[in-house]
Amino acid sequence: MEIGFLFISILKIAAIVAWIYGLLWALGHSKWWVKVIGIVVAFGVIQLALSLNFGGFQILTDFDSGLLFQAAGMAMVSLGLNLIYGFNGQFSLGQYGFYGIGAYTAADITYRWVTGDPSGLLVVGFGCILAGLSIWGIQKFISRARGIPVLSSFTLYLIGVIAAGALAVGISGLLSPGLAPLLKTSTGPGALATGIPLQVVFFLSVILAGAFAAIVSFLFGLPVLTLGSDYFGIATLGFTIVVNTLMVNSDTILPFPEMKGGRGMIGIPKLTTWFWAFAFILLVIVIMRNVVRSSTGRSIMSVREDETAAKAMGIDIAGTKLLAFVIGSFFAGIGGAVYAHFIGFLSPGTFNFLVGFNPLIIVVFGGLGSMTGTIAASFGWIFFLEGLLRVLLGQMGTDAPTWRFVLYPITLLLLMLVRPQGLLGTVEWGFLKSKIYPPRQKVQAETDTSSVAEVEAGG
Amino acid sequence: MQQTTTSKSASLSAHKPKSQLAWIGQIFLAVLAFGALYMVGSNAFQNPTLFVQIVLSGLQLGFVYALIALGYTMVYGIVKLINFAHGDVFMSGAFVSFFAVTRFQMHTWPSRVFIGINPTLSTMIGSLTVILLSMIVCVLMAVTIERVAYKPLRDAPRIAALITAIGVSFFLEFFGALYFVFSPRFIPYERPFDVIAWYISNGIHTIVPGQHPPSNSITFSNIFLYIILASLLVQVFLQFVVRRTKIGIAMRAAAFDKPTARLMGINVDQTISFTFAIGAAFAGLGGVLYAIAYSSIWTQMGILPGLKAFVAAVLGGIGSLPGALVGALIMGQAEALTMGYISTPMRDAVAFSILIIVLLVRPTGIFGEPEKEKA
Repeated sequence: MEIGFLFISILKIAAIVAWIYGLLWALGHSKWWVKVIGIVVAFGVIQLALSLNFGGFQILTDFDSGLLFQAAGMAMVSLGLNLIYGFNGQFSLGQYGFYGIGAYTAADITYRWVTGDPSGLLVVGFGCILAGLSIWGIQKFISRARGIPVLSSFTLYLIGVIAAGALAVGISGLLSPGLAPLLKTSTGPGALATGIPLQVVFFLSVILAGAFAAIVSFLFGLPVLTLGSDYFGIATLGFTIVVNTLMVNSDTILPFPEMKGGRGMIGIPKLTTWFWAFAFILLVIVIMRNVVRSSTGRSIMSVREDETAAKAMGIDIAGTKLLAFVIGSFFAGIGGAVYAHFIGFLSPGTFNFLVGFNPLIIVVFGGLGSMTGTIAASFGWIFFLEGLLRVLLGQMGTDAPTWRFVLYPITLLLLMLVRPQGLLGTVEWGFLKSKIYPPRQKVQAETDTSSVAEVEAGG
Repeated sequence: MQQTTTSKSASLSAHKPKSQLAWIGQIFLAVLAFGALYMVGSNAFQNPTLFVQIVLSGLQLGFVYALIALGYTMVYGIVKLINFAHGDVFMSGAFVSFFAVTRFQMHTWPSRVFIGINPTLSTMIGSLTVILLSMIVCVLMAVTIERVAYKPLRDAPRIAALITAIGVSFFLEFFGALYFVFSPRFIPYERPFDVIAWYISNGIHTIVPGQHPPSNSITFSNIFLYIILASLLVQVFLQFVVRRTKIGIAMRAAAFDKPTARLMGINVDQTISFTFAIGAAFAGLGGVLYAIAYSSIWTQMGILPGLKAFVAAVLGGIGSLPGALVGALIMGQAEALTMGYISTPMRDAVAFSILIIVLLVRPTGIFGEPEKEKA
């Protein structure tokens, strides 16, 4: 039975990789109607596989769909890490911290909303907008000063963000009583807590979770990115540990009794459907591709290659690093929010820093600086781990989860020793390929040699 | 970023560019420092004995961290690799001594071989044997790990070695957690010698087991003294090895410039193996002392002490031996004071915040030398 299961698992991984290839190919096609049809077909195929049921036989069982959603969330997190580490060269172990922040933020917003308390959405929404405005204003102010130390700018931003948060709490205190009757009536959920409005709130909560993670990463990254590469890694690992500690004590140290600390947060509305998961992963892929294939992306990559040379080319190194870090954390927050609303239960153990190495392993597995590799590896990795667990459960009983963690480091070691550049290297598929510009016409160059000499001298 | 780049440009253009608005950061630091001092000071003033007790427990923790941090600082100094498996070598040291004591009764061998030997002498020799055994096993383990997992990747990108380090670390933790190996539970640790505790209250008195010391007295134990003694002796020994012996010179040369050291006839691979070995030996010693002091062991006990020790090594300036000690003592005190006066869960947060603040003010750590220019 296990061999058969293993075979089907491999088949499923292959099918999903093929699906990713098809989706990316369609997205990368030049005609717009191919893109639209591709997206619809890619969405429809999985939706049919999830919902069709031939007399007890389902192509993707509940177990598989769980893995699928988990992998979709993981793909967003890993793409973010790939931007930070693969494209920008900043060795970060803090991605799981932002994943957890996103998950808890979004879960808290929707949990409060369905229990008749709009303050979650209002505080986070206004807080993010005001904090963004204050950061923008302070940046304008700071850009006039020259050579301002990191600590000073950090202090200013911290004061700005805290003031924005306090203001947001005040605004929410004024608005909440007016909204509360719409959310909950004596008979049941109010007009705004069901149907389309709830879906809109879910969408907002996911985006706000990403924005909140981005603001936290901005404040954290500003001082920490000035440290050297390895020190940055250790500091971000510390960040993950601290976030996890705060989650365990969210009802004692932090004022969030509904998160229930180490016992885990229950009762999160399960709003993530395949439509939303697909929409968000598509959003993340498109944003990621457009960032990487823009001039911003080229400056991000040039910082990875050589900081001194990049600086000589006029690239703002600190700003570029911070930008990559913030965008990556934004993706992590979105991924966390999608995961939270799929699983419906959050416990701090899910965001333990030991599990936090997963995105890093996925990124290195897929190939540093390969978006395709990251997406494929995150699907493959989740299916591999869970498949391994399922196979081992039959053999080992209660020891199986531990055996999984014994076998996967060995896989990791072997892969690193045999193929240190990752499975796919820097291969990209379809949509994610960088555009190939045809070589310039040489006709002019042959007639006008002086311009060639100029170009060569300039280059 | 500003700081490292300005420090680089400073060497090129003799004067630093003037920085504006620096006073904001200085005020922020001053407020932080004042808050911390005020909190510690007011608490210390209210209950001085509790304060001294907390400082003593912080010292104990700090000296254990110092033993682990030595391995990190030396290995990172030479191969620029965060050896994540170091914390698990520390864990293995504790487990080897656990098996030696509980299964094989190794701490009582002198009294079984030489019947009629002085029991104190017997315990002393037996305990030293247990500690030596743990250190030897740790050395063998570290050298094996280095040969299998790190050496083939010496020329690969640094991330590859780091990933294998994480892999080795996971493997050791979870292999140990299997039921037929150790089991994932906390295991009570049987000490090779009895812990004698004293309290200070009108002179030093021994605490009789089963009897509480009077309130308002400071207690300490013999294991506390042993940890401090061992840590200081190791520090002196390593200073001697690094400064006065041939292998120490080889280590410093390899840390400075590996290709040139090779040209000078130094066997760099052997030197790196030796560095791993010596670090692992003292991590094993630390593991045994930690297990004796806190008397319970489990397979993931090495993760957080290992991380804290690395943070301590970075804090003190990586590659510097006295820096590792000073950083470890700061970490120990910060952790103990946080546990005593703020709350236990916040200790990691405080430890990592101190790291970030110190590195912002001094990017190479307290004792670190400024980075040499890359050619």
